[in-house]
Amino acid sequence: MKTLIAAGVTALALLSPSTQAQEPVRLGFMDPLSGTFASVGTSGYTLLQFAVDYFYNSKGGILGGRMIEIVPLDNKQSPTETQLQFRRAVSEELRFIIQGNSSAVANTLNQTITRHNRRNEGQEILQINYAAVDPILTNEECSFWHFRFDAHAIMKLEILTDFIAMNEELESVYIIGQDYSFGQVVADNTIRLLGEKRPDIEIVGNEFHPIGQVKDFTPYVTKIASSGAGAVITGNFGADMVSLARSIIDSGLDIPIYTFYAAYDGITATLGADGKDRIRLIHTDRANPVLSEARSEFNRAYKAAHPNFDVTQSRLVNALMMLVQAMEQAQSDDPYEVALQLEDMRFTNLGGEELWMRGEDHQLIQPLFISKHTDEGIEFDADNSGFGLFTEYAVSGADTALETSCRMRRPRR
Amino acid sequence: MSEVFIFATLNGLVTGLLLFMLASGLTLIFSMMGVLNFAHASFYMLGAYFAYTISGVIGFWGGLLFAPLIVGAIGAIVERYGLRRVHASGHVAELVFTFGLAFLIEELVQFFWGRDTKNYQSPEIFDFALFSLFGQEFSAYRGFMIFIAIAIFAGLYVVLTRSRVGIIIQAAISHPNTVANLGHNVPFIFMCVFGTGTALAGIAGVIAGPVLTTFPGMATVLGSIVFIIVVIGGLGSLPGALIASLLVGLLQSYAIASDVGMPELLTLLGISFDRNHPLNDLWTLNLPQIAPVLPYLLLVLVLIFKPTGLMGNREE
Repeated sequence: MKTLIAAGVTALALLSPSTQAQEPVRLGFMDPLSGTFASVGTSGYTLLQFAVDYFYNSKGGILGGRMIEIVPLDNKQSPTETQLQFRRAVSEELRFIIQGNSSAVANTLNQTITRHNRRNEGQEILQINYAAVDPILTNEECSFWHFRFDAHAIMKLEILTDFIAMNEELESVYIIGQDYSFGQVVADNTIRLLGEKRPDIEIVGNEFHPIGQVKDFTPYVTKIASSGAGAVITGNFGADMVSLARSIIDSGLDIPIYTFYAAYDGITATLGADGKDRIRLIHTDRANPVLSEARSEFNRAYKAAHPNFDVTQSRLVNALMMLVQAMEQAQSDDPYEVALQLEDMRFTNLGGEELWMRGEDHQLIQPLFISKHTDEGIEFDADNSGFGLFTEYAVSGADTALETSCRMRRPRR
Repeated sequence: MSEVFIFATLNGLVTGLLLFMLASGLTLIFSMMGVLNFAHASFYMLGAYFAYTISGVIGFWGGLLFAPLIVGAIGAIVERYGLRRVHASGHVAELVFTFGLAFLIEELVQFFWGRDTKNYQSPEIFDFALFSLFGQEFSAYRGFMIFIAIAIFAGLYVVLTRSRVGIIIQAAISHPNTVANLGHNVPFIFMCVFGTGTALAGIAGVIAGPVLTTFPGMATVLGSIVFIIVVIGGLGSLPGALIASLLVGLLQSYAIASDVGMPELLTLLGISFDRNHPLNDLWTLNLPQIAPVLPYLLLVLVLIFKPTGLMGNREE
């Protein structure tokens, strides 16, 4: 009898590796989950968590049955906190860090990861950047260990200024932005590109304000109004975006506002009917009308699971799906192998759009869209407000590609 | 140019008076308890969020009435069961207590209301332009903000200087033991003052929420500036707080409206620098860019030349 039990125990012990759950694939998600900018980070985290469950964990995982686990790393959108969270990621042996908000953070992370990877061969970390759009990340400061899934600021500005240039009646614009790298890039390049495309449009203002510090934008709007500007261009996000738009609307100034981030996370609801047909934004996602059934289904499933959230950043889903495909192709979750697979990957996303991860600089080439804030023709609204984004202008991926100055240092193995 | 000046003045006035609503409560609490309430701006945030929720049910005016009452009640409870116990351990403990409270309230707000911006709008009856100058509108709601702030100052001033309650409060500030010996319940007075102070912050939140947007960072944005105002005005001085608020509001507004900076100054002095100069950022700095820093500069100047603040009479 004893031997029988012993045999049974041995058999169980032998069986256990295959019956027990396998080690999960752990992905770090580093974004502000508390503090002033928490709403953007939280909405990204919720979406990523949902997408992981929806596409993979509910269908038996990846790499032959391994689940994906998202590890939140709250960096409060501060470069200092980012360093601390990075150390945490290292000690928890995370090999992938998904990060988006703030180019300042992304630049810090890029440098930190590049240095870490050079010194710690075999324990490299891969940076999946889904939203930081400072051009230098895929130009001067490009790194083998960094992949960008958003279009960078100049790519977006090329399209946005094309669109603005089509408005024959426009005579002058006012540029206002947050005083940091991205705001500066927007201002400098808008002036340059509009100068090339429509030299007759006058830049009547170029203003910077401290990021997240302005209580009331009315004084700025007074200046905009008295400058006689025919349109406003801004790269503001979060509370700075809402306050600016609200102040413009409240002052009775009836001019178009061209933006990057004026939607979702309460912004659409707050702008409401007052902002209708006045606010346009350049983005990577065709929000309405959605052209593919798979994407519509995903949107509906997400809304059913999280009634108070929207699919705000579909590029996060693109990043996840491409990352998983790279892991499957490499049959590994080793960052180096995965990076090799990601390079030059061509991928059709949920919306049926063609994406290409350019190997030269790790910049995703994808279609770009300009949409307006409206309540007409909106199937998927934002903030349950009835208002949402309706796409007016679409540009194919190939037409958004710009040359890069990247000279990548490739690690040798 | 005159249009910019007029609107900059009006904008400065609105901002200044809004800051005063916060600063008045803070300075009142300070003069009474001798402790800076770091959580003061958090009560302002609570005011906005309560008003947002209440206005969804019974409209804006209900929010304006009930939200400050709720915030005031919370403030009173905090004083009665929190601050009063901590008081025994001295000022540092009180300071740390309110510091922690600020974080707690911010997290609680995010827990209950979420992290996104709330769609809290001003009432429809104010959806018109009070007047229009040079093609720019001054909304009726801003006029309403000015009215409320002035009413609060007048009301507080009269109560504190002309009424019996005010006399007792003033006496309790300077001679708490004597007042207690006269049969007044000093701890109760303290609780009421703390409640009133936080309720004032609540009113500021109710009124500012629709204009400055209601989001979890709203306390942080205003928090530090309110302390600066209280210090500039003189700790514990109500008129000082009013003057300092208007000063800070107007200073920022004029700075933003102006179009001068280092380049103009350098041209005036006949100096020019190369664009590649290592301090290029400094030479191209302009006044609108540094506008939000000016109050801090003012604080430094006041502390150097009149450490008691503009109207302060506290000599340690």
